[in-house]
Amino acid sequence: MNAERRPRGHVGARRRRDKTMLVLCILAVIVAVVPLLFILGYTIVKGLPALDLRFFMMDQPPAGASGGGLRNAIVGTLFTLVIALVFGVPTGILAGTFASEFGKPKLAESLRFVNDVLAGVPSIVIGLAVYGIVVASMGHYSGLAGGIALGMLMIPTVTTTTHEMMKLVPDALREGALALGAPRWRMITSIVFPSALRGILTGIMLAVARVIGETAPLLFTSFGNTHLTFNITQPMDALPLRIFIFVASPYNRWQTLAWGGALFLVVIVLILNIVARLLGRKRARD
Amino acid sequence: MGALRAADGFSVSRESVAVEVKDLHAFYGRQEALKGVTMMLPANAVTAIIGPSGCGKSTFIRCLNRMHEEVEGASVQGAVIIGEANIYAPGVDPVEVRRRVGMVFQRPNPFPHLSVFENVAAGLRLNGMHSRSEIADRVEEALRLAALWDEVRDRLSAPGTSLSGGQQQRLCIARAIALQPQVLLMDEPASALDPVATSRIEELAVSLKSVYTIVIVTHNMQQAARIADKTAFFWLGELVEFDDTDTIFTLPKDKRTEDYVRGRMG
Amino acid sequence: MSAVQPTLRRRHLRLGDPIFFGFCALFGAVILAVVIAILISLISGSWEALKNLGLSFFTGSDWAPLEGRMGAWPMLYGTLVSSLIGMVIAVPVSLGIAIFLVEWAPHWLREPIGFLVELLAAIPSIIFGMWGMLVLAPLLQQHTEPWLADHLGFLPIFSGPVLAGTGLLTAGLILALMVIPIVTSIARDAMRAVPVSQREAALALGATRWESVRLAILPYARSGIFGGIILGLGRALGETMAVALVIGTTPQVKASLFQPAYTMSSVIANEFSEATTDLYRSALMEIGLGLFVVTLLVNVVARVLLRSVNHRAPAGTTT
Ligand SMILES: Nc1ncnc2c1ncn2[C@@H]1O[C@H](COP(=O)(O)OP(=O)(O)OP(=O)(O)O)[C@@H](O)[C@H]1O
Ligand SMILES: [Mg+2]
Repeated sequence: MNAERRPRGHVGARRRRDKTMLVLCILAVIVAVVPLLFILGYTIVKGLPALDLRFFMMDQPPAGASGGGLRNAIVGTLFTLVIALVFGVPTGILAGTFASEFGKPKLAESLRFVNDVLAGVPSIVIGLAVYGIVVASMGHYSGLAGGIALGMLMIPTVTTTTHEMMKLVPDALREGALALGAPRWRMITSIVFPSALRGILTGIMLAVARVIGETAPLLFTSFGNTHLTFNITQPMDALPLRIFIFVASPYNRWQTLAWGGALFLVVIVLILNIVARLLGRKRARD
Repeated sequence: MGALRAADGFSVSRESVAVEVKDLHAFYGRQEALKGVTMMLPANAVTAIIGPSGCGKSTFIRCLNRMHEEVEGASVQGAVIIGEANIYAPGVDPVEVRRRVGMVFQRPNPFPHLSVFENVAAGLRLNGMHSRSEIADRVEEALRLAALWDEVRDRLSAPGTSLSGGQQQRLCIARAIALQPQVLLMDEPASALDPVATSRIEELAVSLKSVYTIVIVTHNMQQAARIADKTAFFWLGELVEFDDTDTIFTLPKDKRTEDYVRGRMG
Repeated sequence: MSAVQPTLRRRHLRLGDPIFFGFCALFGAVILAVVIAILISLISGSWEALKNLGLSFFTGSDWAPLEGRMGAWPMLYGTLVSSLIGMVIAVPVSLGIAIFLVEWAPHWLREPIGFLVELLAAIPSIIFGMWGMLVLAPLLQQHTEPWLADHLGFLPIFSGPVLAGTGLLTAGLILALMVIPIVTSIARDAMRAVPVSQREAALALGATRWESVRLAILPYARSGIFGGIILGLGRALGETMAVALVIGTTPQVKASLFQPAYTMSSVIANEFSEATTDLYRSALMEIGLGLFVVTLLVNVVARVLLRSVNHRAPAGTTT
């Protein structure tokens, strides 16, 4: 961008370059924010008409038919998320506790490294791996496999936030608890956890926000199901999967439903992000 | 659950006991922070620990309730006999020791997520006391002893951190004495407080000595002179002189003590 | 020596601590087990392809799996080129935003803009894909690409003909949007971590804002910014759904960015559940393994860079 290396030269020219850079930076903000607003606006306009009672109360319509909703996908996403939470949250919290409280810096550092590696694995690869581990051994697709895949995606976020939030708890509180004759595990569960709780909750919310819209890891795990099912050992639907199938279809109603689903997802993700942000801010003020 | 059962956990006699320290060495990794301290801290008295910064005062009192070993890489040699028992004897449970030897830190550290009441109850609960009425009684008793009851009786459910600095420190004292320890250790308990709050802590220390053996670290020579029965002067990890407070401040035997006391008080 | 007073001994065996820490260690080990399981699953799944096709798998450029011809070079090429386009656009934009947020933006504007940029990271990738397919691709097809072809068509990358609007350029643009929040937030944090004294020293020399950025801030925050860029690259390489909808799903290697192409992740997404032969399925697994190895390397480099500036990258920014 700059031919010159040193800030010499005519004062006016330097001023002008300063202004130019400012304008370029503002332009960069516009380049990022305008598509965002465009995407949000487009999703609202296309999706809002679909969000009526039918959307939540009825299963998907047959190809080409009108009416129907996405109940099967919403329920499926809910079930899959619960499985992911059951698997991902305890793992993340306990592993984060290990990294923060175990007092073995080498071990904690290696754990963080492994956790970072997991955070970097593309979600489609997680889906492939879970196919090989769970689906292949069960012999068929299942909501359980999808939940496990999403759980794997949640673990790194929960581990990292737990670790960081617990590190923020002042040592003075730990010493205070120990000096009262608390064993370490009691110190952690009754003093450190509660003090870090808000931050950990924030992390869990962000983890949910991260995985709720994931499609790739579900393609060959949950697989999708055109019918409502509560059986997690069977193929199960999920909102992003259904959206993916419907948006590329030639049927009007399906496309409308796809955008309704997209809007629904965006709203949930937005709410989760905003609440997490408010929680985080409150903690910073305390 | 690894916690104590209330029945035997709280049947300890409240008689205060002397603390005998024998050839105590403390290390941070290989660095020796205490180089063989031997002394006898009398029961029902206030003992002040004075000395320049970094001389090992905090290290010393943290050895008296086995908190020193919580520091990464730290270790201890020697014996500390509280009442009849050497707390460094093999088989002794540090958790058990800390229950009997209360500690108050330099900065007030009430648990921020707990109310005033729950802060004082925390030690009781952590040690397995469950009976609500018993806990309420003990909390009130501790708050009265800590001269805080009248100020907080109407806001027992407010967060502990909503109190003023001085009140927080008395809250921490109440938290420590709710467990009815035999010895109370205080590491510069008033250094973060204003003069009024400081004098309340001093009064408290003096009034508590009828029940407890009190060890207080202080940077403030006048404070030691005002409240301590005995004073120990530490220098570079060694106990230089230990005597009646009057003697230390008026007729010290060691030149280093004299310089320190003069320089600081002059 | 006085005898140990019995009450100072453990009243009963204290198992709380070992049990609790054992539990935590166990779950820490679960993370390691998950990573190892992923690796084993990928290797065993792609064993047949590794055995039959060998390493030339990634250099062969003919992809007709049903006829038994499996060369993954077009996918590798598509992944690399679309990610490269994404990074070429995202990096200057992200740095511009970060510099604006740290240096120029008035305080009341920092939080909202930062939040908006982070929202970009929160939008599910499938929605980027839908928008890219229905809005961006037609837009590019009708306006941008003809213009580029007319004016810069002498460059092979912008040579015509303009087709459906899906292809490398569209995928690259979508990836840029998805990578911007990652690079921006890490670059911003790295710049914020520059000591005030550094900046003031530059300003005291009479430097303009931009000069102080270039003299004091960018050099100081360099490795943090670099780490953020590489982390963003890791995300771009692995991104699936957004790309799958706009790449055009054509396994070919063409210089023109207007041409449809394929990527490693999107070929897996599109074909895995329909792969009928064992070798076909195994070949797709091998592509997944390749993706795993590449993103692993990229992420390790990024984390090392970020750790060296003692900065924590937000986990969960890579997909
Ligand atoms: N956590 C630690 N790791 C390593 N060395 C330490 C640690 N804490 C203290 N030390 C060292 O041990 C020596 C004694 O420290 P200590 O904190 O006991 O001094 P102090 O007398 O309490 O000082 P102050 O009046 O400043 O509180 C010092 O040389 C100090 O550097
Ligand atoms: Mg000290």
